[in-house]
Amino acid sequence: MSKSSVAVIDYGMGNLHSVASALEKVGDGVKVMVTDCPETILSADRVIFPGVGAIRDCMAELKARGLDEVIQEVAAQKPLLGICLGMQALLETSEENGGVECLDVLPGAVKFFGSDLRDAAGGRLKVPHMGWNNVSQAIEHPLWAGIPDASRFYFVHSYYVDAPEFVAGSCDYGVQVHAALACDNVFAVQFHPEKSGDMGLRLLSNFLSWDRPAAFFPVTD
Amino acid sequence: MALAKRIIPCLDVDKGRVVKGVNFVGIRDAGDPVEVAKRYNEQGADEITFLDITATHEGRETTAHIVEQIAAEVFIPLTVGGGIREIKDIRAMLNAGADKVGINSAAIHRPDFVKEAADRFGSQCIVIAIDAKRVADEADGRPRWEIFTHGGRKPTGINAVEWAIKMVNNGAGEVLLTSMDGDGTKAGYDLGLTRAISDAVAVPVIASGGVGNLDHMVEGIIEGRADAVLAASIFHFGEFTVPEAKAYMAARGIEVRL
Repeated sequence: MSKSSVAVIDYGMGNLHSVASALEKVGDGVKVMVTDCPETILSADRVIFPGVGAIRDCMAELKARGLDEVIQEVAAQKPLLGICLGMQALLETSEENGGVECLDVLPGAVKFFGSDLRDAAGGRLKVPHMGWNNVSQAIEHPLWAGIPDASRFYFVHSYYVDAPEFVAGSCDYGVQVHAALACDNVFAVQFHPEKSGDMGLRLLSNFLSWDRPAAFFPVTD
Repeated sequence: MALAKRIIPCLDVDKGRVVKGVNFVGIRDAGDPVEVAKRYNEQGADEITFLDITATHEGRETTAHIVEQIAAEVFIPLTVGGGIREIKDIRAMLNAGADKVGINSAAIHRPDFVKEAADRFGSQCIVIAIDAKRVADEADGRPRWEIFTHGGRKPTGINAVEWAIKMVNNGAGEVLLTSMDGDGTKAGYDLGLTRAISDAVAVPVIASGGVGNLDHMVEGIIEGRADAVLAASIFHFGEFTVPEAKAYMAARGIEVRL
């Protein structure tokens, strides 16, 4: 039953077709549900929380659909993968839009790259951080299985995650970007696995066969 | 270990076929767009740009269908341009599987369109496509480039560098800069133009128009300070593969995704 169903949360922030079609591609028969229905999300074996755009709109859309609490519930229960804005929304706060309270599933803040971002040699770095950057793996994790350390993934974002703990991977773009976080059954990535070629597909495939870490789930029945 | 400069093969599509002309005329067939896109993906292209050069209503429906087929098989970023005039055109392309849309003449007719599009869909998916030509120098002797429309035939009098700044301020997240002097000529990018715009805006700039050899791509990055280089015919007709281009650039110290 490890590959039975995955819900992709659709809350009106960005195009989810590429996430869904990448899951179909690697899913080996997994049922992919693109949905904003709380019951459907809560019934899925795994949940993906994607998103692009601005955080204030993101949080407003989630709350309008009652999905903020659904995501917090999912985060306590089953494998959850946050992608891009979906990752950022899982943190405590974001500097974007003048400061926005987020879902507080993971510790950490989302910060602006700044308008004068420089590399180590003093060269100007463009914002958004757009393109393929190396992700250094900070821990061993089932989602990194088969993915060489420092593999490149596709990023596009103007705000970055700065987390005090649970860092699973990072990349350098003038600042240290926490590109992946892992805590219990939650994994979150700043890059777009659905647009990162073979390595991205591998990560999604790993997610679909990731069994929830039993240690964190006391038997309830 | 840094952000890679991107190599972007461009598919100019007319009536469902990849074509390539010289200075936007003299068309040559380069194959089925889905097959061509798959081939570039397998070669390790960093992105694919798809330009619908007919851009009629029927053409756009064909384009959406082709984009859908590509997006189901190619899991790298896909930009679609050509005939994007209204919010619903953007929505149709994003729904078909595009990650970004290129807006060109619609922005010239109505500059606020870029702002509305960026507000609605986010800057990350709005690319301002600029077709520019070198014109007579400014009074103080500095070079001047102007925006041209209609395949380079119609001048607008708009200063290309000022236009890029304005469109980025309106929310464009990337600039696709095509030198109409260079396009299809294989004489190289207009490096002065590329550098002027890359230095003027904070967002990434894609150099386009005129690639004839791999040195041109290297120059576009190093001298033009572009973040990505786009090319069509050198890839379509088998002169170079994407891995050859990347290896050549890497050997000259440019960070690429190998």
